[in-house]
Amino acid sequence: MKKILMKGNEALAEGALIAGCAAFFGYPITPSSEIAEYMARKMPPKGLTFVQAESELAAINMVYGGAATGKRVMTASSGPGLSLKQEGISFIAEAELPCLIVNISRGGPGLGGIQPAQSDYFQATRGGGHGDYYTIVLAPSSVQEMMDFTIQGFELADTYRTPVLVMAEGTLGQMMEPVEIRPEVVPAFEKPWAITGCKGRKPNIVNTLHLSPDYLEERNRHLYCKYQEIKNKEKRAETFMVEDADIVLVAFGLLSRIARKAAMEARRQGIKVGLIRPVTLWPFPAEHIKKAAEQARVFLSLEISMGQMIEDIKLAVNGKAPVELYGRIGIIPSPEEITRQIMLLAEREGLK
Amino acid sequence: MKTVAQRPQSLTTAKFHYCPGCTHGIIHRLVAECLDELKMRENAIGICPVGCSVLAYDYFNCDMLEAAHGRAPAIATGIKRLLPDRCVFTYQGDGDLASIGMGEIVHASARGENISVIFVNNTIYGMTGGQMAPTTLLGQVTTTSPYGRKKEEAGYPVRMAELLAQNEGSAYICRTAVNDPVNVTKTKKAIKKALTTQMNGLGFSMVEVLSTCPTNWGLSPLEALNWMDENMIPYYPLGEFKVREVE
Repeated sequence: MKKILMKGNEALAEGALIAGCAAFFGYPITPSSEIAEYMARKMPPKGLTFVQAESELAAINMVYGGAATGKRVMTASSGPGLSLKQEGISFIAEAELPCLIVNISRGGPGLGGIQPAQSDYFQATRGGGHGDYYTIVLAPSSVQEMMDFTIQGFELADTYRTPVLVMAEGTLGQMMEPVEIRPEVVPAFEKPWAITGCKGRKPNIVNTLHLSPDYLEERNRHLYCKYQEIKNKEKRAETFMVEDADIVLVAFGLLSRIARKAAMEARRQGIKVGLIRPVTLWPFPAEHIKKAAEQARVFLSLEISMGQMIEDIKLAVNGKAPVELYGRIGIIPSPEEITRQIMLLAEREGLK
Repeated sequence: MKTVAQRPQSLTTAKFHYCPGCTHGIIHRLVAECLDELKMRENAIGICPVGCSVLAYDYFNCDMLEAAHGRAPAIATGIKRLLPDRCVFTYQGDGDLASIGMGEIVHASARGENISVIFVNNTIYGMTGGQMAPTTLLGQVTTTSPYGRKKEEAGYPVRMAELLAQNEGSAYICRTAVNDPVNVTKTKKAIKKALTTQMNGLGFSMVEVLSTCPTNWGLSPLEALNWMDENMIPYYPLGEFKVREVE
């Protein structure tokens, strides 16, 4: 199959078109803007909808309306923009509307910077806005996965009637790699709940207001059951040489590729190192961690943040082994830098 | 026997929850009569606000969506862009539209978004218990302007119809009132004109309807209608501010 060289943001946008995305609603923000620019070029000639919204709030609410019609719709932004979108995401989660949301993330808090980061992990994996909800979070690690996870994201969104978040470090949005273009997807989901005009049926209502406490609880229980089902079926992780590992690295996204290199180098130096790469950040692949904790001496959480995923690792390890952190912000560490951290840990644990 | 009046098809049989004397009920009925007369019920998608009319999805007998506070025009944009032949309308109050939703309404109008907005202005936040709105008149007492709205502290009431009429994207902008039968009739005509403007693809349309809130104004229903006539209409003049005709 022929491969073409593509930028991560453009591969993601092309993936959305392959998945049958009918509308893009967005607002410019670095380092995600190429997604909107790509859609502005490609969608109108195909008769598809592109709207540059006046704000992130408007963009996510256009997604709310668009998703309510039953068509595949999306938005893309970065950290500060995602903060603004949280109101809408909470409504969309409760209205159970499928849609795709992208965070090409940068460092915070506040305006932070435009360098790569993973510090929106808490926001992404804890729902993000008000109320008791989650979104599925997919973390690609290559430009190919920017395309593939976007396609899968739309499928997951329709399968579970839930917003799906694709979250990637800014670097992954900006860098180029060869990509195999996937075949077009024909969305095949019945959406009898969609608001399209009530010709020939009773009116449909998309609503998130539940004034009766009993019904409000019923709705929350319903969402809880759905989230349990997603947890049971959709946890995904990749493991690398974990079976005999004394030190288990945990890293996601682009950083997981660097962690893999560091693991190989540490193995060459005689240290038994493995890697778990969460592919879904929510639901978090806790069982993979739990299984590794049966033999691992120590876990090392590698993050481009001051330590957020480490809390999920600790919950999964449940006290069976120490969990250490190596975190940077705005900078992706080199394989050598991570190897040094592994060797220091090996020395401390008496593995050298 | 000849039927001279009946419940519009576009209203459900649910009883309104509105306070005695509140004019939301009249405005709901006018919107429903217009949808009926234009044969639009099965083609219509309505978006309700946050505010007293948050439950409008129980009353309009067509597809409905309940929005976050102020965001109805953005949601309507998403729907209309994907279903351009549907009749998409929002129903919003003054706190919703002129305060927290100011960004969404101005840009929907600026884009010439082909939607219709029913804007109910009663100069106060009703559902939350009578707080000051951007439309509250100078001197008007509310729970958050207990000594009367002062221009030095809270500035001046916003005239939305005049403001949106400035936008090229606005095709039909009108202000009406429902304080007497003549004005009720005019309001119905304006709503029908707004919906027709949309169905002719001319651009953004809005009818600002001056409405009463006897409960939070602390007046009887009749006194409230008189208060509107004496205080609101002088500041919020009635009439058409923008009319784009089919070329």
